[in-house]
Amino acid sequence: MTETMTYREALAFAAAKEMDADPTVFVFGLDVPDHKRIFGSTKGLVEKFGPSRCFGTPLSEDAMTGVAIGAALSGLRPVHVHIRADFLLLGMNQIANVMSSLRYMSGGALRVPLVIRAVIGRGWGQGAQHSKSMHGLFGHFPGIKVGLPTSPQDAYSMLRAAIRDDNPVILLEHRWLYDIEGSVDEQYLPPLPGPVVVRQGTDVTVACTSWMTIEAMKAADVLARHGVRLEVIDIRTVAPLDETPVVSSVAKTGRCIIADYDWLYAGFSAELAARLAHHCFGVLKKPIERIGFAPVPCPTTRPLENLFYPSAVQIIRAVERLLDLDSIDLSQESFYSYEERFKGPF
Amino acid sequence: MNKGEGLRLYRTLTLIRRAEEAIRLHYGEDDMKTPVHLSIGQEAIPVGVCHVLPEGSPMFGTYRNHALYLALTEDTDRFFAELHGKEAGMGRGKAGSMHLCEPSRGLLATSAVVGTTIPLAVGAALAQAYRHLRQPVAVFFGDGAAEEGVFWESLNFACQRSLNLLFVCEDNGLAIHAPAADRRGFSSITQAVGGFRCCTATADGSDLSAIIEATRALYRDMEADKQPGLLHVSYFRFLEHVGIGEDFFTGYRQAPSDQERRERDPLIRFSSHLLSLGYHPAELRAIDVEVDDQICRSIGRARSADYPTAEALYEDLWV
Repeated sequence: MTETMTYREALAFAAAKEMDADPTVFVFGLDVPDHKRIFGSTKGLVEKFGPSRCFGTPLSEDAMTGVAIGAALSGLRPVHVHIRADFLLLGMNQIANVMSSLRYMSGGALRVPLVIRAVIGRGWGQGAQHSKSMHGLFGHFPGIKVGLPTSPQDAYSMLRAAIRDDNPVILLEHRWLYDIEGSVDEQYLPPLPGPVVVRQGTDVTVACTSWMTIEAMKAADVLARHGVRLEVIDIRTVAPLDETPVVSSVAKTGRCIIADYDWLYAGFSAELAARLAHHCFGVLKKPIERIGFAPVPCPTTRPLENLFYPSAVQIIRAVERLLDLDSIDLSQESFYSYEERFKGPF
Repeated sequence: MNKGEGLRLYRTLTLIRRAEEAIRLHYGEDDMKTPVHLSIGQEAIPVGVCHVLPEGSPMFGTYRNHALYLALTEDTDRFFAELHGKEAGMGRGKAGSMHLCEPSRGLLATSAVVGTTIPLAVGAALAQAYRHLRQPVAVFFGDGAAEEGVFWESLNFACQRSLNLLFVCEDNGLAIHAPAADRRGFSSITQAVGGFRCCTATADGSDLSAIIEATRALYRDMEADKQPGLLHVSYFRFLEHVGIGEDFFTGYRQAPSDQERRERDPLIRFSSHLLSLGYHPAELRAIDVEVDDQICRSIGRARSADYPTAEALYEDLWV
């Protein structure tokens, strides 16, 4: 059955479906059952499944990550939720030293079917410690799957796939995506999906993560009016990475922009660029362009925040460079900003 | 303790001691390329605790895990194969000494990072509560772990949730080489833990009978109070932090006198105890011989076993 719902509703719907289907699934984390319900993404769970399967925790991210691993080792399927991805750094020992490695170190004897959900904050002065994504960092450690759902359908399908996956999965959800509405087919249940072409085009490939997919779609709309057709790919799962859909696209376009929602240095964009440089060496007509955060901590004040984040404008400018176009007049265009996406304060 | 139990406990203690003495003997041959944190002096703690808790109880340990692994499994084949990096090892050579586990015997994980398995044990205890079961979970950790934030986070959550979890602090008074006085802002771990809703007990780590008795009493308190427990056990680390040698000559701690050595050695203490109860020396010698034979065969098998093939590098990453 297909229904229209928001991203946040899709997350809560997916969790409820899995909890219904499997009594070993539980959802926990700081403030998961409070009145705000992690921006509504855990709405209805405590009412339906009770406080033993949906509960809050002390402010102990390190231990709680270990608790989730210990429960997963014991045959349960925990979903550990964080209202900001930045807080995962407090659990990094458990993530990088334990969750990623237990199966390998035990010669395959152990399994850690654990899902970590974390929200990427942005705007309204979230600042340096409420704005990170870090998907490249998590993906760096072999043994962890890392996904960034963009659409409500992906929020639904990827959360369900992550819960059913016998491996540890980190899902990173951009705060601005929570209000996006879309149709969700509840029967669509693939394993954690690889990159998908969300808009077909012939001139330039734009490979995106998370919110940058929305920015790229906006850029594609603007450029279409100027006769340029972008092919937009949403990477969705950054680890393990299947780059073949991007390679196929670049084989067609010969030009590629990687628009990553992270810093560029040693990040996911660098990894993908390296793979494309290898696989597409003979077909690239121009060097690969990369777009991401400015190489500074995220500033709080609005004028600097605007400069910090990559946007559709930067994608358009990069397209102009790749196609040797004159600069397009964007003064009449309106672009995304938090005034229309996000009202704050959190 | 009936006679059979006494001999079984003696056999387990002896197996651990002889296995580690065998490591000391052969380590220099360079076939066991893994950092070993030997448990000589500490053996009675896991032997005693595992004796009391029901078989199959989930257990977690540290990098100083040989005693715990052997107390639970008594399997020297997979143990020595792992130390030799062979396919037949418990982790196909990917675990080494510091990450031994044996889920089929309840040993779920050990870690090379201090304090790291403590919250895992809390998670295993939470899983028991989730399923409305009351099987106890135990986690072994050194006194240095009480300086890690994750210990207090874990203790807090276990107490808040009234989990059936036994924290076992194996206190040798050293964090690598740093003495307790240089590290602790508290005078006693059990006192520091005293503000939590947690039962506590202490025992002398060189006295297996005392450990068994203290664990039994503590476990009764835990059952009565429906709260976690912390067992604090002091013991003497005879060897260096990592490696096979003694390190008294380096001067950071004093060498024990001959009498102190005897008093702090759990194997000497327990065999004396058995003899005083009327066990015959020949019974114990027969166990020594049988255990030595088992270890000798295990090392022989480990040496002649195959290393993992190249394909194994990429195996066991994903389910």
